[in-house]
Amino acid sequence: MSTVEERVKKIVCEQLGVKESEVQNTSSFVEDLGADSLDTVELVMALEEEFETEIPDEEAEKLGSVQDAIDYIVAHT
Amino acid sequence: MLSPVGNDVASSWEAIRAGRSGISVIDRFDASEYNTRIGGGIKDLDIEPWLSSKEARKLDAFIHYGLIAAQQAVDDSGLEQYGDLDKERVGVAIGSGIGGLEYIEKNVIQMEKSGPRKVSPFFVPASVINMISGNAAIRFGYKGPNIAIVTACTTGTHNIGYAARTIAYGDADVMLAGGSEMATTRSGLAAFSSARALSTRNDDPEKASRPWDKDRDGFVLSDGAGVVVLEELEHAKARGATIYGEVIGFGMSDDAHHITAPAPGGDGAARSMRNAIRDAGLSPDDIGYINAHGTSTQVGDVAEVAAVKSVFGDHAEKLAMSSTKSMTGHLLGAAGAVEAIFSVLAVRDGVLPPTINLDNPDEGCDLDFVAHQAREADVRVALSNSFGFGGTNGTLIFSRYEG
Repeated sequence: MSTVEERVKKIVCEQLGVKESEVQNTSSFVEDLGADSLDTVELVMALEEEFETEIPDEEAEKLGSVQDAIDYIVAHT
Repeated sequence: MLSPVGNDVASSWEAIRAGRSGISVIDRFDASEYNTRIGGGIKDLDIEPWLSSKEARKLDAFIHYGLIAAQQAVDDSGLEQYGDLDKERVGVAIGSGIGGLEYIEKNVIQMEKSGPRKVSPFFVPASVINMISGNAAIRFGYKGPNIAIVTACTTGTHNIGYAARTIAYGDADVMLAGGSEMATTRSGLAAFSSARALSTRNDDPEKASRPWDKDRDGFVLSDGAGVVVLEELEHAKARGATIYGEVIGFGMSDDAHHITAPAPGGDGAARSMRNAIRDAGLSPDDIGYINAHGTSTQVGDVAEVAAVKSVFGDHAEKLAMSSTKSMTGHLLGAAGAVEAIFSVLAVRDGVLPPTINLDNPDEGCDLDFVAHQAREADVRVALSNSFGFGGTNGTLIFSRYEG
């Protein structure tokens, strides 16, 4: 079973079309990984599906980096 | 060009000259419950070299096809290598008849299943029709007029005609123009099937599209895209461009009769052809070849023949008219664009494309349809027709470029 971190990174790679080697925990979706506002919405939707959870919009807006997403998932699932 | 008979212009034209059908059993989804289970899909297409996986995921297949055809056209034109290109004077007019049907289906199903929050933020930009033109502008940096005319099966013809006028009017030096379609989806096939518009010759797909033949039983739904680079003649000459042919006439009309059926006697089609011939400053006798709309439907095929007879009189017996849809099927909004390319190549090469499967011409269908096999002929001027739902008609006239 993969860790939350591995699963989050895999989804980030798929959604944003980046290579695994480019994705660090500190990577910002917008500044480092080239996401625009629509990409980040779809990324959150993919995370919701993967972890069978619902991320409210006001929480989703705060998820700026890979680590933010990992922390949120760990805390809420 | 992406077509059921080839994934570029050269291979498609070679297939057309050889009279090869591109119609086969639909395998994009399980069509076993459908009355019609055949279509003209795009085969063996690797989109990886053309679109990144991130880009591809956010766009419906009809946009993939349109962008790939646009990239092929730009690559072939040499525009990117022309240092003096003023990109503010380059525009795009690429439409589609229906748009992102597959993406729409996917999202509506998802919404039904899991609620409105699961609708993709890319739903609209992935499926609306002007997004081939929009994405092409971003990709190539073309900042001139950007538009996507939507006129059902006349889309490709209208976009090319409008683009030519945009250049003639002085609004642009160069226009990318054409149409794209990917409507062989679950709902697309179901809809045309319910309308009883499609051939049900499921056991013999390659024989299904048979314009003017007694045993025709409807059209074959196909996918693909055609894009051309139109350029002001002096601009093209100045940069040493390869010139395939000239757009010399464009005409339009409407039947004002019925949403799907043609007007009796092909009245609207006739007026469209007359308008194009007048625009070209020609007389009907100057037309050597007609690439017909010729979809293989009962009423449409007969109406077009009647229209041609009324426009051309005695000359109708002398000119050649064929339907490349006998091989490609009907690409809806892309049809006029791929047929424009075939028409230009017909006058460039002096080759009349055939109408395959025309074993027994129907009553009243007695013109030279170039049955079965392509034929060499010294044609210099070709006319291409498209007619669409809403009674909308478009006609383009092309001539060989004599330098």
